[in-house]
Amino acid sequence: MNWLGSIINLDGYGHYLHWHFILVSVANLIVVGLMVITFVAALFLPFPGKGRRKENR
Amino acid sequence: MSTTEIDRQWTTRLRKRVEGKLPPEKLLPDTQPAYVASWIYVFGVATLSSLILVIATGTLLAIRGPIWWHQSSIGHFVNSLHLWSVEIFFFSMIIHLWGKFFMGAWRGGRQLTWMTGVVTFVVSIVTGLTGYVSQTNFDSQWISTQAKDGINATGGGAFFNVLNFGQMLMWHIVLLPIAAVILTALHVLMVRVKGVVPPYEDEKKVAQ
Ligand code: HEM
Repeated sequence: MNWLGSIINLDGYGHYLHWHFILVSVANLIVVGLMVITFVAALFLPFPGKGRRKENR
Repeated sequence: MSTTEIDRQWTTRLRKRVEGKLPPEKLLPDTQPAYVASWIYVFGVATLSSLILVIATGTLLAIRGPIWWHQSSIGHFVNSLHLWSVEIFFFSMIIHLWGKFFMGAWRGGRQLTWMTGVVTFVVSIVTGLTGYVSQTNFDSQWISTQAKDGINATGGGAFFNVLNFGQMLMWHIVLLPIAAVILTALHVLMVRVKGVVPPYEDEKKVAQ
């Protein structure tokens, strides 16, 4: 993971965003964003083998 | 013993109940309804798989202990596997939760499936906290001294003391994992008993 450390300096203080009572670290905000992207992708990406499946209804 | 006596035995009654509720073809079905062919249904199993990895790597950490996970490179590696499996566990659990929320997957008598999920979520968060304070490093010292103020403010600190390392470690590696595994087993069994919830637009068709 040394290459990652050379892109993002992980040695300093964390970065935070702060509006009124809302306080969130940039790292957590990135994870939340990735979850939203993954959720939307799960809804819209085609599921492999959908057509060949047998139904039991 | 007469047949009526046999029918009244609790073992017989229990077997009949289990057979009725969960016949083998419901426990391990060959096919699923067409609407299950979507990525959103993968996240329950992704959560389950990462939970298995969390338990397996945690078992290795417990076998070798803190000196090993702090000082050897293989120990660091297993420690990282444990942490990252937890990250994937929460990541997929939250997407799973969002999916089930927007599907209204508690419909049709599936309240217990939803509620066992809710309780597992809460138990997982407490497992995460006790894990952070069990690291035996400066990070765990910082987290526990911060967390004690929050927990003392609720009055909970009297019996759940985050500065008591032995207590936190045992909650993290004994009590909470047992609770999480039992709850998860019940959760998945409930899904099998009830079958996958039909989409909103198919609900009326199924009810007829
Ligand atoms: C340890 C955490 C969890 C594990 C391992 C897990 C696992 C699963 C699995 C394997 C399924 C069936 C496949 C699927 O539909 O994705 C499922 C279904 C379900 N899960 Fe979870 N889950 C967890 C947490 C949660 C949470 C936090 C909630 C919501 C509060 C939840 C709500 C549900 C519901 C309502 C269903 C039933 C869906 C249906 O009947 O169609 N689960 N879960």
